[in-house]
Amino acid sequence: MTDITQLPPETGTSIDLHRSDIAVAGQWRLFWLKFKKHKIALASLVVIVFMYLVAAFADFIAPFDPNATNARFTYAPPQGISLLLDGSLRPHVNQLKMTLNTESMRREFTPDPAKPIPVGFFVPAAQPYTLLGFIPMRTKLFGLTNPMPGDSMYIFGADRLGRDIFSRVVHGAQISLSIGLVGVFMSLILGVTIGGISGFFGGWADIAIQRFIELLRSIPTIPLWMGLAAAIPVGWPPLRTYFVITLIVSLIGWTSLAREVRGKFLSLRNEDFVIAARLDGMSELGIIFHHLVPSFMSHIIATLTLAIPSMILAETALSFLGVGLQPPIISWGVLLQEAQNIRAVAQAPWLLFTPAAAIVISVLSLNFLGDGLRDAADPYESVS
Amino acid sequence: MTMNNDTLLKVDNLKTYFPTRTGLFKAVDDVSFELKRGKTLCVVGESGSGKSVTARSILQIVDRPGRIEDGSIVLTRGDGSSVDLAKLDPRGKEIRGVRGKEIAMIFQEPMSSLSPVHRIGAQIGEALRIHFGIRGKAQRDRVLELLRQVEIPRPETAIDRYTFEFSGGMRQRVMIAMALACNPQVLIADEPTTALDVTTQAEILDLIKRLQHSHGMAVLFITHDMGVVAEIADEVLVMYRGKVMERGSVEQIFHAPKDDYTRRLIGSVVKLEKKAEVRLTRSEIPVGAPPLLAVKNLSLTFPSGLKAVDDVSLIVRAGETLGIVGESGSGKTTMGRCLLRIYDPQAGAMNYRRADGSTVDLCSADKTTLKDVRHDIRMIFQDPVGSLSPRKTVGQIIAEPLKLAGVKGRSLDDRVSELMQQVGLEPAWRERYPHAFSGGQRQRIGIARAIALKPRLIVADEATSALDVSLRSQMLDLMMKLQDELGLSYVFISHDMSVIRYMCDRVAVMYRGKIVEAGETDQVVNNPAHDYTRALLSAIPHPDPRNRRIHNRFRYDPARTVSANG
Repeated sequence: MTDITQLPPETGTSIDLHRSDIAVAGQWRLFWLKFKKHKIALASLVVIVFMYLVAAFADFIAPFDPNATNARFTYAPPQGISLLLDGSLRPHVNQLKMTLNTESMRREFTPDPAKPIPVGFFVPAAQPYTLLGFIPMRTKLFGLTNPMPGDSMYIFGADRLGRDIFSRVVHGAQISLSIGLVGVFMSLILGVTIGGISGFFGGWADIAIQRFIELLRSIPTIPLWMGLAAAIPVGWPPLRTYFVITLIVSLIGWTSLAREVRGKFLSLRNEDFVIAARLDGMSELGIIFHHLVPSFMSHIIATLTLAIPSMILAETALSFLGVGLQPPIISWGVLLQEAQNIRAVAQAPWLLFTPAAAIVISVLSLNFLGDGLRDAADPYESVS
Repeated sequence: MTMNNDTLLKVDNLKTYFPTRTGLFKAVDDVSFELKRGKTLCVVGESGSGKSVTARSILQIVDRPGRIEDGSIVLTRGDGSSVDLAKLDPRGKEIRGVRGKEIAMIFQEPMSSLSPVHRIGAQIGEALRIHFGIRGKAQRDRVLELLRQVEIPRPETAIDRYTFEFSGGMRQRVMIAMALACNPQVLIADEPTTALDVTTQAEILDLIKRLQHSHGMAVLFITHDMGVVAEIADEVLVMYRGKVMERGSVEQIFHAPKDDYTRRLIGSVVKLEKKAEVRLTRSEIPVGAPPLLAVKNLSLTFPSGLKAVDDVSLIVRAGETLGIVGESGSGKTTMGRCLLRIYDPQAGAMNYRRADGSTVDLCSADKTTLKDVRHDIRMIFQDPVGSLSPRKTVGQIIAEPLKLAGVKGRSLDDRVSELMQQVGLEPAWRERYPHAFSGGQRQRIGIARAIALKPRLIVADEATSALDVSLRSQMLDLMMKLQDELGLSYVFISHDMSVIRYMCDRVAVMYRGKIVEAGETDQVVNNPAHDYTRALLSAIPHPDPRNRRIHNRFRYDPARTVSANG
């Protein structure tokens, strides 16, 4: 046993909670310290921030107009970007040469190394646009330096109308990621209000609300959503449809939040420190805002983060089934609609895999992030 | 290796470490001891001293990531062979053969150490099946015999019951029966009586002692209570922060302690054996003056039908400390909470005499009166963790009642600093959060909050029971100092007779929601009138090994009211 005893004689003891910096660390500092230990969650946070940045700056990042069609490049395959040309650093894509296979009656594309098309960063845009709705821009992050007719750069391929899948996925992130946020925001308002009433007043209000939640949760979600979505008039403008769809997907989301809030209310209101506040003469409203809300805020944030992916999936499911968002709105669900028939998938699998990968990555990251937040939500468990 | 025939377990230089993010936590640091046949070794220390980890190291059930780094734990079997448990694989077959069969363990928490989904008989029988392959009728007979040994009434029906149908004391008996199932040579008892009431504790200690004699077991008894040590130990091991401070016979430890820490530990217990010195010389509280609070026929029945407070009448005089003593479930906490109207009593009156001489009945007081009165009557809570909001700084916590009373700005800051000084905390710590404080310091914060509004009466609900013994007398001394400074009265609720004796002027004994006896503390302690009080008093472990009395105590049976010797 001598070999494992070569430890330095005094290597200190356990985490010293009397360290001056920890001693004055408030709830959010401790929250962050605990969250930091969850490495996957931390990585997910980076991914999520990156994806939302991409969504916010979609116009700048997407090299092409997501709705620009090009009949020449129907179902064009992904083109790889090569960095070196003739031994020097000159990023380029090879021009696609299209041949018609008369046997299968399909267009076949082959890259032609003899015809390099230079690509680069900060290239002029085909049309001026406004970034974030108010910054007039004439530059794209990357693209063809000198676009000529017949040139193309489909890094994730093209769809049936020759639209750039990459640009479309980037633009789709705007709707798909924001629908989660907006939906969750609505869930938050509904959940905290209704759950708060249920937990605080108790009695009949509590029973009625809880039974109503059970009723809502017992309805199969997809048929419910489909039924509600079918009621949206076809003639409505896209923005209004978008709003109504978020409402529909958040209809289920609030129930779990309401329960969380109610449970926290019930367990906290008999805590000694809440009783102490009551004895200090604090009003019920004061207790709610000074003691109860700060106590479950972190739990709510964790629950909300875990609710976003289900919202994203709900939107995707609805749009895929054709009852959610409709073209010309671009969302990941709408993009998947393109991949509904087997011929498209067989001929152009990138139609399926690119939006699907975006969905999987964002949902997984949000779930990991939510797990990390939930673990950190009560930083006092291990500290006290 | 030479070993006395009677030495069953010999632990040498045991080191159990927990690697942590910032270094190595030495939970057990170079501990050596021997367990002898038929003898009891008590390992004593405050929370965090590594006494439980020592016990768990023997059976290799240390929680991850802790592990035995060095040392040997040699178990001598009945046939003379010996084995070093420290070298066995913690998940191996050999150590599993030792657990339960050669060395059995009883845990602290009888609630969680038994499975709620299995019948008593099945749980006890499990060890028999695993180690001896005894099944069916033979198993049942053996389990019945064991239940009889641990004195569980009506074993034939008890065997088919579930654990939740038993009280804490009965569950601990079931645990002991499980531990005895395979006739172990060594019994490790990890604070087996800490979660129990004092009278139940006495019963369990008694039982362990008797079984030890009849089975010839060596017992390793872990406790933080020096009183228990004095009652049962043959040898004592004093631990502090993972290290052995002192080791010796119980006689030597109590009457000729060599180590300073041991001396302090014993001193803090012995100090609570009598009335506080500051209280011996205090001038008499005038008896004739109208009481500060007069409670008449107070009753509260919970919706479940439990009569938590049953026709309670008592008075609190200005400047005195009234102790309320009773076991868990006696309704003392509920009664204390009624005084502040946290619970609304259903019947009775609580006449509180305000500073201006007018009296108000708290039972029927309206919201505004209640709010005013709650400035005068304050509360100190039992749990120093739960009673402070973890999300507020200490300064904010103490300032809260002041703010609500309208104190603002500079004078608020000054008052908070003053209060912190008054309870022995550095005012510079005001920006810290409660998690940065120890249990004793947190309780001081709670006291500062209670006295912030210059109250006249404080209801202290088990204010010291969550603290280590060495801190208890400090906290009581602080409370008495504040009493003299501020002219406070206390209603001091406790299950611990020694704490009551130390600090209270008068005491009321509660039993099943009723007050069975009330009077001057000296009189109640020295000359109890009610049998229940006598039982309570005689069950208190006495920190003097020369005067063991727990095995020769008075038992209270409300049905028969007869005395019996153990």
